[in-house]
Amino acid sequence: MQALLRPFAIKSSGDLARFGVILALVGLILFGALRYDNFLSPFNILSFLRYNSMFALIALGMAFVIITGGIDLSVGGTAAMASVVAALLSPYHWAAGLFGGMAAGFAVGALNGFIITRMRIQPFIGTLATMLAAYGTGLLLANNQSVSVSYDTGFTVIGQDDFLGFPIPAWIGLAAYVLGWLVLEKLPVGRHILAIGDGEATAGLMGLKVERTLAAVYLASGTLAGLAGVILASQFGAGQPTEGVGWELFAIASVVVGGTLLTGGSGSVGATLAGALLLAMVFNILNFENGLGWISLSAYWQSVIRGAFLLVVVVLQAKLMARHRAI
Amino acid sequence: MATIETPAPQPSGTLSSGSRLFSLASRYGTFVAFLALVAFNIAVTPNFLSWQTLNVNLTQVATIVIVATGMTLVIATGGIDLSVGSLMAISGALAPMIFMGQFWQVESMAFAVALAFLLPVIVASLFGLFNGLLVTRFSIQPIIATLVLFIAGRGIAQVMTNGNLQVFKNEGFQFIAMGRIAGIPAQVMLMIVIVILASAMIRYTVIGRQIIAVGGNEKAARLTGIPVKRVKLLVYMISGALAGLAGLIVVARNSASDANLVGLGMELDAIAAVAVGGTLLTGGRANIVGTLLGAFVIQLVRYTLLANGVPDAAALIVKAGLIVLAVFIQQRADKH
Repeated sequence: MQALLRPFAIKSSGDLARFGVILALVGLILFGALRYDNFLSPFNILSFLRYNSMFALIALGMAFVIITGGIDLSVGGTAAMASVVAALLSPYHWAAGLFGGMAAGFAVGALNGFIITRMRIQPFIGTLATMLAAYGTGLLLANNQSVSVSYDTGFTVIGQDDFLGFPIPAWIGLAAYVLGWLVLEKLPVGRHILAIGDGEATAGLMGLKVERTLAAVYLASGTLAGLAGVILASQFGAGQPTEGVGWELFAIASVVVGGTLLTGGSGSVGATLAGALLLAMVFNILNFENGLGWISLSAYWQSVIRGAFLLVVVVLQAKLMARHRAI
Repeated sequence: MATIETPAPQPSGTLSSGSRLFSLASRYGTFVAFLALVAFNIAVTPNFLSWQTLNVNLTQVATIVIVATGMTLVIATGGIDLSVGSLMAISGALAPMIFMGQFWQVESMAFAVALAFLLPVIVASLFGLFNGLLVTRFSIQPIIATLVLFIAGRGIAQVMTNGNLQVFKNEGFQFIAMGRIAGIPAQVMLMIVIVILASAMIRYTVIGRQIIAVGGNEKAARLTGIPVKRVKLLVYMISGALAGLAGLIVVARNSASDANLVGLGMELDAIAAVAVGGTLLTGGRANIVGTLLGAFVIQLVRYTLLANGVPDAAALIVKAGLIVLAVFIQQRADKH
């Protein structure tokens, strides 16, 4: 019995929180499956994954940033700008749209890295500024309106089509998460990222290249946000310079619900995915519940419920932390 | 300028000219930038020196300053309040519901209007108390604690109004945005009074000093017997109440309340004003007049660009550069 349970061995309060979010996700899926007829229908699952891959990508980048003890508020603005860049480049070639959008995200990430590691400005305020700059650039490029993508070069395939019966955005998300897991759990740089989150000064004294690693993390977050912007443009057929408002905070919520503490130094890629899916599923369940006709909750309830969810999670986390400290 | 900080050790010896430049720039930079902007506009922007220009700018900046004053106090304790925009939406949704009789029959309009001023602000300050409790009781980081209401708060306002626009016309209530006191727009008067009260509180009262002490070194503050938790609860309540007040001004100005839009993005505007105004996000400082100037500078930059034909989007980029530059100068000056 002991041996069987070993994979689930809970060594810290963080593990418990991460275990909890996966349990909660399984619970919510079971609840949905038992209560609603079409909850596990291919259509619902596929459209759920297609739409939410964007948010999962952003949450992944945010998880890495938060593990280093930082924060990236620019991701929503970056996604909006990247969607515009991708839409503008999509008439030339689908790859121009894809890589152009990612490059836009990369550029914002590079700027963040510079501001944070070279100018030593706190991530919160530095990325707040680049968020404004990204929105401004996107609006300028788009001339203050949404930009249609080209339907002739196959650019829309990225966001709308399936591959092996699975939405392409979901494949992209899956690949990014596998890569992210490898980086954090299996590569030396993952250890470095965790060490930096535990204490930058100590990590520096151990000889780790703190600035370079930090810059790489913000680059990754920016590029993932850029990729999310590409999917946004491709899926909805337009680059949208005013989209993405508040995405950064939902991404932070996903990461926190996934058991990653904002203080840095610990975190999990898998639990972040569970956190993102959990918050997204609240909306999905709400739609189904309305469909049953017993209640009629407007879409506005979703943010109330998401907020309540976040509240429960952070209060539980805080209690766990307190108990852990007491032991 | 009313900068009050925890006493820092005076650097011995002479400063190099470079660091002196940074410390000068940090102390007077915002003010100089403000003066430079005014001078530039007088020279370049047509009709800048008119009452109308002054009015437009002051009324636009008033709500940001009011919210940013509360934000300065929260940041001074080492915290942050992301929920202010959502609390504005809640109070902005509540007020018209009260005087339009959605909760109970309005018998005396004067009484209903008084309640429409009072209740939303009280509700917003209670939400602020909720933020404070999360921060103090559960030791949840302020950014996450206030994220809860950032997400849920706007939802609450939308659920209350079902997402509908509430249009109204009520002279008594709208005095707060349309009226004038001694020729000065009421909201600008409110802004001035709030800034004066907050600066006086920081400068002359015990609680003001306690706020600074908590942000400067929380542990030391606790050991010297400062009621750290109570101080924090208070600043989050003040921030909530001021956000509630700002929400009232916004809906009164628009003659309409739209829960989807009231206060949207205000948390970031307020934080930007605080940062440009010279209050470091790490706490231990509260420069209320600096925040006022910071908000003025951001507003004036935007106005200058717009009045000279630069698109609003480009103004966003300039604002971003301004924030980075201001914080950079602050930090360089701080190191010396």
